Amino acid sequence: MSLVLEKRESSSPLVNFLVPVLSVLFALLLGALIIYLSGFDPGVAYMEMLSGAFGSGYAISETIVKAIPLMLCALGVGLAFKTVLWNIGAEGQLYMGAWAAGWVALSFPQGQSWWLIPLMMIAGFLAGALWGLVPGILKASLNVNEIITSLLLNYVAILWVDYFVYGPWKDPKGYGFPFTPFFGEGAWLPTFFGTRVHLGIVFALFAAIIIYFLLKSTRLGYEIRVIGENPRAAKYAGMNIFRNIIIVFIISGGLAGLAGMAEVSGVIHRLQHAISPGYGYTAIIIAWLSRLNPITTVLVAILFGGLLVGGFSVRSIGLSESLVYVIQGIILFLLLAGDILTRYRLSWRGRS
Amino acid sequence: MNLDIVIATLSATIKAGTPLLLATLGEIMAERAGILNLGLEGMMLVGALSGFIVCFLTSNPWVGLLVALASGAIIALIHAALTVTLRANQVVSGLAVTLFGTGLSGFLGKMVIGVPIPNYFTPIAIPGLVNIPFLGPILFRQDPLVYLSYLLVPLLAFWIYRTRPGLHLRAVGENPAAADALGVNVYGVRYLYTLIGGALAGMAGAYLSLAYTPVWIENMTAGRGWIAIALVIFATWDPFKALLGSYLFGLVDAVQFRLQAVGVAVPSFFLNMTPYLATIIVLIFATTETARRRIGAPAALGLPYEREEKS
Repeated sequence: MSLVLEKRESSSPLVNFLVPVLSVLFALLLGALIIYLSGFDPGVAYMEMLSGAFGSGYAISETIVKAIPLMLCALGVGLAFKTVLWNIGAEGQLYMGAWAAGWVALSFPQGQSWWLIPLMMIAGFLAGALWGLVPGILKASLNVNEIITSLLLNYVAILWVDYFVYGPWKDPKGYGFPFTPFFGEGAWLPTFFGTRVHLGIVFALFAAIIIYFLLKSTRLGYEIRVIGENPRAAKYAGMNIFRNIIIVFIISGGLAGLAGMAEVSGVIHRLQHAISPGYGYTAIIIAWLSRLNPITTVLVAILFGGLLVGGFSVRSIGLSESLVYVIQGIILFLLLAGDILTRYRLSWRGRS
Repeated sequence: MNLDIVIATLSATIKAGTPLLLATLGEIMAERAGILNLGLEGMMLVGALSGFIVCFLTSNPWVGLLVALASGAIIALIHAALTVTLRANQVVSGLAVTLFGTGLSGFLGKMVIGVPIPNYFTPIAIPGLVNIPFLGPILFRQDPLVYLSYLLVPLLAFWIYRTRPGLHLRAVGENPAAADALGVNVYGVRYLYTLIGGALAGMAGAYLSLAYTPVWIENMTAGRGWIAIALVIFATWDPFKALLGSYLFGLVDAVQFRLQAVGVAVPSFFLNMTPYLATIIVLIFATTETARRRIGAPAALGLPYEREEKS
């Protein structure tokens, strides 16, 4: 008797559900081992994380605040992955969106007009979309590897924002710290129920619903799925692949740009060095973990928002918040390892 | 410009190019076997940190180097297991390695931030050769890792093009089914070269933390792993062209640093962008050029190999 892999004829919903869930659980177990090996009590650390992330109304609201940019970035990244376009540049697109929104806000410091926030949203979306268009156009026209170009542009975008916050836009009353003055209050996204949860949550949920229907019941969504699953068939069917790649990168980059806008307008209220603790990279894991389903993406983003908030709270017992990124990496490893079970079934075969 | 400045800049070019060269060579070996390794950046960080910590504990950079090689290979083993045995998506697995390596090095590196190491790789002039006018002080007053990289380039080229295992390597990358039919162990070859690639990436990281700037800084690779992945395409999977490309980028870095040092009017943020923008531009040319001349990637690059079941 030997254990062999057999291709599944159809996917099993149970396995599709269990693999991601078990990946997260096992990753947390391995994380416990790492915590233990670095001389801390895993139980204490995880209780600290749990209560920091979900233990109170305040904790939950902070988790949602962190989940907002994650949702927007992951929705965009997931849409690109669906087309088998690897947009690894959400981080840079987020920075460019934040920069453009900040530019608008700082241009109207007294602005109390109703149009200021919509203008910032448009600026943020467009800047992110433009930043996504660079790898998009290069991919669509010259077949330049979009993984490398979109990733390298992250470094450029971060340096670009740094130039402004260390240079021309630096707050003269900021004791030399790398941030701009606060935006006028007219440029702040409204918040809900006295928490820091801001209107960005509505953008994110709205985006999830739009992408869900886009994929499910529009021609564009249909073409995206076909291109992703079988580009050759898409070509023979006369689909305009160039146009679809461009559109996907515009939406994908635009959503990340909107995340950047929401983050500076809703949470930070100014531009600064290091706006994002790697939202654009975490988004990649979220998109993959949620199997590129927009609705699942929202839920997984909340979980990862909690992981980020929990990561900050373990600092109080002396652990580094980088622990969270280690656990994220392990989640993705386990998910990839488990994926084989969604495509194959294990079965015993006797010697013939 | 006087000659001393030219020599100093070109010597700095070699230094800045060496980590790129080592990482690019590693990626070439893995991709020749058909394995795309986007985890280079993470492997370099793990190599840089582990080499640094071990050198700190033993005050011997050579022991640090060995550990960096090993830890790069260990991380590569995860990638190999996922992509070769479990047939996972190579792009996502590579990204996972980078995210994991970045997190792990950030987590474990907290304790050695700002710690000086007692001993690191310093330049050693090679007697005789260093006296060659102009080229001598550029090429032969470097640290031992640079000399190792000089040796690796022809060695790997010879291995790939002129030996039997090299033939097997190319066969596995181009047509694994045919290689399998000829009795080559496709999975074994893919594991082996992914590990070699990881070890070289670990060495590239160790070069940064044990020779280039002998301190540990979080994310000190600063995208060099990604630049190396682009350089593989520029180099059309050839070690000698990898040398050329790496030194070209070393030159960009060295010139950019010199401009900052003399206080040129361009803000440093823009100068710091040049390696990334230069990579994108080079990648565009390399892609169109390889397409025009029909030099492609190894045909099976990125594709998992599934052996036909014998029944």
